[in-house]
Amino acid sequence: MSAFLATVRRDLLLALRRKSEVLTAVFFFVIVTSLFPLGIGPEPVLLKKIAPGILWVAALLATLLGLPRLFSADHLDGTLEQMALSPSPLGLLVAGKILAHWLLCGLPLVLLAPVLGLQFDLDASTLGILTLALFLGTPLLSLIGAIGAALTLGVRGGGVLLALLVLPLYIPALIFGAGAVEAHIAGLDAGGHLSLLAAMLVVAGFFAPWATTAALRIALE
Amino acid sequence: MLDVSGLACSRGERRLFADVGFSLAAGEWLHVQGENGSGKTSLMRLLVGLSPADAGEIRWRSEPTPSIEFRRDLIYLGHHAAVKEDLTPLENLRLAAALDGIELDERAAMAALIRLGLRGREELPVRVLSAGQKRRVLLARLLTRPAVLWVLDEAFNALDVAAVKLLGELIAEHLAGGGMAVLTSHQPLPVPGGKALVL
Repeated sequence: MSAFLATVRRDLLLALRRKSEVLTAVFFFVIVTSLFPLGIGPEPVLLKKIAPGILWVAALLATLLGLPRLFSADHLDGTLEQMALSPSPLGLLVAGKILAHWLLCGLPLVLLAPVLGLQFDLDASTLGILTLALFLGTPLLSLIGAIGAALTLGVRGGGVLLALLVLPLYIPALIFGAGAVEAHIAGLDAGGHLSLLAAMLVVAGFFAPWATTAALRIALE
Repeated sequence: MLDVSGLACSRGERRLFADVGFSLAAGEWLHVQGENGSGKTSLMRLLVGLSPADAGEIRWRSEPTPSIEFRRDLIYLGHHAAVKEDLTPLENLRLAAALDGIELDERAAMAALIRLGLRGREELPVRVLSAGQKRRVLLARLLTRPAVLWVLDEAFNALDVAAVKLLGELIAEHLAGGGMAVLTSHQPLPVPGGKALVL
């Protein structure tokens, strides 16, 4: 467990020394979600209708921005090799890296979402559901993305391949995440959508670190 | 304690080596020699378990590798710098130890860095250090991580005369304490004794 926390601390410390890399994803999210209200103009009904989809797609793409760097830096300087040979289980270290990725690229989006949602004329309770859905959904995006990042590690032009590989896998998260907010706006109960999202998170939390570890071992051969 | 038999490796169609075998007991070391491209690094990677062998068997304390016990006893330093450029040597050492599940206090880490001649560099980001100094930061792990088997791939590269001598001393101390080492190098090594394996 101490190795898990050490990995999280290490990746957070590294991000602190290179703030620009983390801020890129957050700024991307802010800019993209702000462009739509500016482009469409003051039409509250339309904005309210498209808000869940736009916020979710933007969160998806912002998460994707940080993914190629998840393992590539460690792969290039050989620290990934050292992790694979460490007496600590690699799966634990990988889980730590995924958690650090979510803290850096996912959690800021969750915290910003209520502010950005205001641009779409969402009321307080809808903003609450949106934040909750993103809180359950963004770790899922990090977990699934880590598998893709490990599979495309060391591949030339891996960034594009990563997007092609990971984006289709994000569709369930997008449907239920945006669906929860849409249901709430329509006056229905969002509980079903959120429960499914939470269930997917539990399953991914269990399998994704394991699958990522297997893919990393192949990439290191 | 380390028994290797019938090891074979190929890259694509080309067979690098076949039927390589050796064994090491406490206090012994092996010098792997060969031309460029003869498969020295591939052998090292097979040995530590980073890549699978085509054939053959590697046993550590009579158990097949890779096992958790083998990883606990092993330290492998390869061609890569394996240090984070944005962190200081001190942070690098302590975080590397923490990832291995070892609590390394600042005094022990400092002592290792001083032994490697990095006094006064411990708070600088590694990215401003020279290639040889980066190598020394990596080598400091030999002192902070208790391991029985040292697998060092071209560890003498980029080191100056004093550092080559120091590394020779470290290896000799390690062997005297019952450790084992597998080294690759093109130069004659400043370590007495040792078996030789030519690929």
